[in-house]
Amino acid sequence: MKAFLTSTALALTLGLAAGVSAPALAQDKGSAETTPATYQPDPNAKEGDSIVITYKDDVSTLDPAIGYDWQNWSMIKSLFDALMDYEPGTTELRPALAERYEISDDGTVFTFHLKSGVKFHNGREMTAEDVKYSLDRVTNPKTQSPGAGFFGSIAGYDDVAGGTAETLSGVEVVDPQTLKITLSRPDATFLHVMALNFASVVPQEAVEEWGADFGHHPVGTGAFKLADWTIGQQLVFEKNEDYWRDGVPYLDQITFEIGQEPIVALLRLQKGEVDIPGDGIPPAKFQEVMADPEQKARVVEGGQLQTGYITMNVTMPPFDQKAVREAVNMAINKDRIVQMINNRAIPANQPLPPTMPGYDKSFEGYAYDPEKAKAMLAEAGFPDGFETELYVMNTDPNPRIAQAIQQDLSEIGIKASIQSLAQANVISAGGAKDQAPMIWSGGMAWIADFPDPSNFYGPILGCAGAVPGGWNWSWYCNEDLDKQAAEADSIVDPARQDERAKMWSDVYAKVMADAPWVPVFNEQRFTMKSPRMGGADNLYVDPVHIPINYDYVYVK
Amino acid sequence: MSSPSQSSAALATGSAVAPPAPPARRGVFARLVRRPLAILGIVIILVTVGGALFAPYLTAFTPNDQMFDGLTLEGAPMPPGEKFLLGTDLLGRDLLTRILYGARTSLIIGVVANGIALTIGTLIGVTAGFYRGWIGTILMRFTDLMMAFPALLLAICLAAILSPSLWIVAMVIALVNWVQTARVIYTETSSLSRREFIEAERSMGAGTPRILFRHILPHLLPTIIVWGTLGISTTVLLEATLSYLGVGVQPPTPSWGNIIFENQTYFQAAPWLVFFPGAAILALALAFNLVGDALRDILDPTQTGRM
Amino acid sequence: MLAYVARRLVQSVLILLGVSLITFALLYILPADPVRQIAGRSATPQTVENIRRQLGLDQPFLVQYWHYLTGLVQGDFGRSYLQRTEVIDLIVARLPASLLLMAGAIVCELVLGLTMGLVAALKRGTATDQALMVSSFVGVSAPQFVVGLLLLYVFAVRLSWFPIGGYGTIWHLVLPSLTLGILGAGWYSRMMRSSMVDVLRQDYIRTARAKGLKRLTIILRHALPNAILPVIAMIGIDIGIFMSGIVVVESVFGWPGIGQLAWQAIQRVDIPIIMGVTLVSACAIVLGNFVADLVTPFIDPRIKLQ
Repeated sequence: MKAFLTSTALALTLGLAAGVSAPALAQDKGSAETTPATYQPDPNAKEGDSIVITYKDDVSTLDPAIGYDWQNWSMIKSLFDALMDYEPGTTELRPALAERYEISDDGTVFTFHLKSGVKFHNGREMTAEDVKYSLDRVTNPKTQSPGAGFFGSIAGYDDVAGGTAETLSGVEVVDPQTLKITLSRPDATFLHVMALNFASVVPQEAVEEWGADFGHHPVGTGAFKLADWTIGQQLVFEKNEDYWRDGVPYLDQITFEIGQEPIVALLRLQKGEVDIPGDGIPPAKFQEVMADPEQKARVVEGGQLQTGYITMNVTMPPFDQKAVREAVNMAINKDRIVQMINNRAIPANQPLPPTMPGYDKSFEGYAYDPEKAKAMLAEAGFPDGFETELYVMNTDPNPRIAQAIQQDLSEIGIKASIQSLAQANVISAGGAKDQAPMIWSGGMAWIADFPDPSNFYGPILGCAGAVPGGWNWSWYCNEDLDKQAAEADSIVDPARQDERAKMWSDVYAKVMADAPWVPVFNEQRFTMKSPRMGGADNLYVDPVHIPINYDYVYVK
Repeated sequence: MSSPSQSSAALATGSAVAPPAPPARRGVFARLVRRPLAILGIVIILVTVGGALFAPYLTAFTPNDQMFDGLTLEGAPMPPGEKFLLGTDLLGRDLLTRILYGARTSLIIGVVANGIALTIGTLIGVTAGFYRGWIGTILMRFTDLMMAFPALLLAICLAAILSPSLWIVAMVIALVNWVQTARVIYTETSSLSRREFIEAERSMGAGTPRILFRHILPHLLPTIIVWGTLGISTTVLLEATLSYLGVGVQPPTPSWGNIIFENQTYFQAAPWLVFFPGAAILALALAFNLVGDALRDILDPTQTGRM
Repeated sequence: MLAYVARRLVQSVLILLGVSLITFALLYILPADPVRQIAGRSATPQTVENIRRQLGLDQPFLVQYWHYLTGLVQGDFGRSYLQRTEVIDLIVARLPASLLLMAGAIVCELVLGLTMGLVAALKRGTATDQALMVSSFVGVSAPQFVVGLLLLYVFAVRLSWFPIGGYGTIWHLVLPSLTLGILGAGWYSRMMRSSMVDVLRQDYIRTARAKGLKRLTIILRHALPNAILPVIAMIGIDIGIFMSGIVVVESVFGWPGIGQLAWQAIQRVDIPIIMGVTLVSACAIVLGNFVADLVTPFIDPRIKLQ
């Protein structure tokens, strides 16, 4: 999950490409020999010109090993490349710096054949040594990468993470164009991991030259180069003329203006001063924009690999009783909560968002039924309800959503008092075993790092996360399910991917049977573009290049 | 509104040039009601107190009821109208009801927080001014230290640590707000205790408690009353600001500040959600300022200064 | 005089030391773990402990504070945990915006406050005087976030005279400065009024009047300069009020100053940034008070430096 915290606008403006067929993505992974990219260049695309994009919050760093924010996620994708990538606007994996790859039959050895002639922005050619260096660097605790844990399946990870080794024993340079990665266990998600920003290839000499300031002087192989950065004001990206992919990027220059309130950004867009408001359409302007056909035509809507949920701490009475948790699931009026945030979300009934493989369309979940919920509470020994606490992050709209939840709970007799705190305090409360009985996840909610069902389990519903300081705020730990999850993730055979998705659906169905969460909604993202912007809509709500795929959009 | 003649810089520097005030005289109230602005202030305060006390009888709704018909189908709040006199908020609650109940929050915090702040300030100021010496030095240096804190940042940090409830917010505000009172009281006490009649008492063998309670405190009373009244205004504003930043009184307890916090994203489409509670904050703070200022003129014609 | 300055400087350093100690202690007991914020969700407990050790956050409180202090003495404010940037760079990048805002606010409060105070003093006892003094109370009683939103609504949204927030041109500066300055304008108008009334009672003004000088000449040449000085000496005191005000005003207008920086850092327990901003603000406040105390005796001979 990205540390997408921060601004009020954000919480309501996240989202992804609904028009995109995501469910197909799982099949692609693990194929022994991959076909070349299927992306067809846009016949109308024009080269040249520059655009202006705004963000509210500062860009913290452009170091791919560290950046994990709303703003820098897609910027880093345009400055750097990893071995793998996704088809633009979709969640379908494709090879990037790796021209092709092979996977051993047992799924533990990945051999990547690198593209030749790929140059870093500093002119040097990229080799397998650079890839190895980059992986060693991101897993080294000195780098303090928030993404280090993703590489846990690489052999030798524990030694590097523990500080006893400087280099991953499982990553081996065969020759300058070939890299062999050995895993300590089969990992069906490994190709997705190799497409993460954290797996981006960086040149050792530049990292060493800038040291801790590499994040402000990024050197990668990406479609754009950083030309200028005035902290707190703007960043300018320039086209990388030597980019290894043919034809892209289309734009000569992108200017990111920082510190712009979403509402200001939208007004400036309406005046023609801005091309894309990076934080989307703010709630206050939403109805106005949607009421005007001309503006509405330029709105792009997309789904998002995100779920907003309430956690119930299963180790704290009375939530240690399943009946109580089920009753809470039936008590929440999700439709009203969705209405309250201007229908910019879809009510949810399971942890996975609809565009994720493994999402079960036929799953019914718990229907809204306060009467039955009340009866169940009475049966569980709480005819008069009980008192509890609901933790929530203190930026709008989260306290409002918490109040709606509070009202729903009071209907069945549960008196929840709201603890509206700074994000860091809520996270700490969730990571303490006996502190937060209930948490509304808004503002800190899980957004998938990569489009794979496993990404919603491990840290937030598995036993591994149910530790002090962990992210499994419901402290739900079901070892049988952990086993089933591990089994599903060991299926690397592409022919068995449907089976794998089924297994995951089953895992989440069983989770919901125990009801540690109330899945509330999946956010929809709404963004807007200026009339001159061209390119398919799904590029503007790209599920991976969140929020926008800068490499493929163009000016008409 | 006659203004005192003393240069206000005196107070800011904490140097004692002002002669001590005489003890409070009778008929303060009678003199107060002769001033139209003070009357305005008193009326506003009475209306607010009345609204807070009789809120359940003044409105047909309850403050936390999120009504189904309180929102449009698109989830927008209702404008002021026949059913909802001041419209509804983003959760479909009646705004007028929330403002009335919000008055309770403002008044409780205004009185409680300010009471604590005044007590701390007076204790520290009197102790430092009376004993001077090293106790006085330490206390006043500590006061200087508190003056150097960016008050709002300090309050936000404290609120984050103590996870806010109504009483915690009151305490946080008190912890930030006692400083000014302490400085004023210190100045006055130290100049008082140097005066002849105190020296005389002392030489006649009067004990410390007797001097403090019989002579010093009565002389300080006007100042305490004036600063107490003016301080409520500061407190009301600070509570509103903390709640506006989302670190104040916890929802769903209505506070004028958190009503604005919750609704401000809509302020272009529904400005009433911001301006009605905003006007309420302004009116109450103004009222206490007007009354406090009038009291200052009546009780203490030689003093002036910033809150 | 020199001795006074030296003593005040020592005192100032001690005060700043105290501020740093208290803030550091408050952040130390904050029930939120900055390391979890850095390590991200996929981190193992081992990774978390590793990072904690590297940042020295496993050390006892006093050791941590000592490290911070020794860094500070060498001009090192530390590195932001989450922005991974030198705190000093972040502050330097944002300070100009905040200073600009404060300068704008000072202009607003002086122009508004002095004018109102002057007019009120000259029209003492009239309805104009009353109206002006009530307005000054309104300025003092108005919550800044309400003033900001009101100005935005009227002058930016409805009338489109000014941009709706943002940063860059002189037009962007007007509304935020006004919002930040209105509180001070209320104070200054009252101080200016009493100062002016005071001066007009002085003998030399009576003498000037007796000499038959024109009323305007007397006011502009003799009364005004004397009345304005004690008021202007107060600007130093304003810094403390500004430092609180910018958190709110910058947030309402999206102004990219240190107030916003601090507010974001508090949300995410980015301790080095919170420390840095608090200390810079405290420095400014101490300096402001110091300067105010220093110039006051020159302006008002009744006050002596203690």
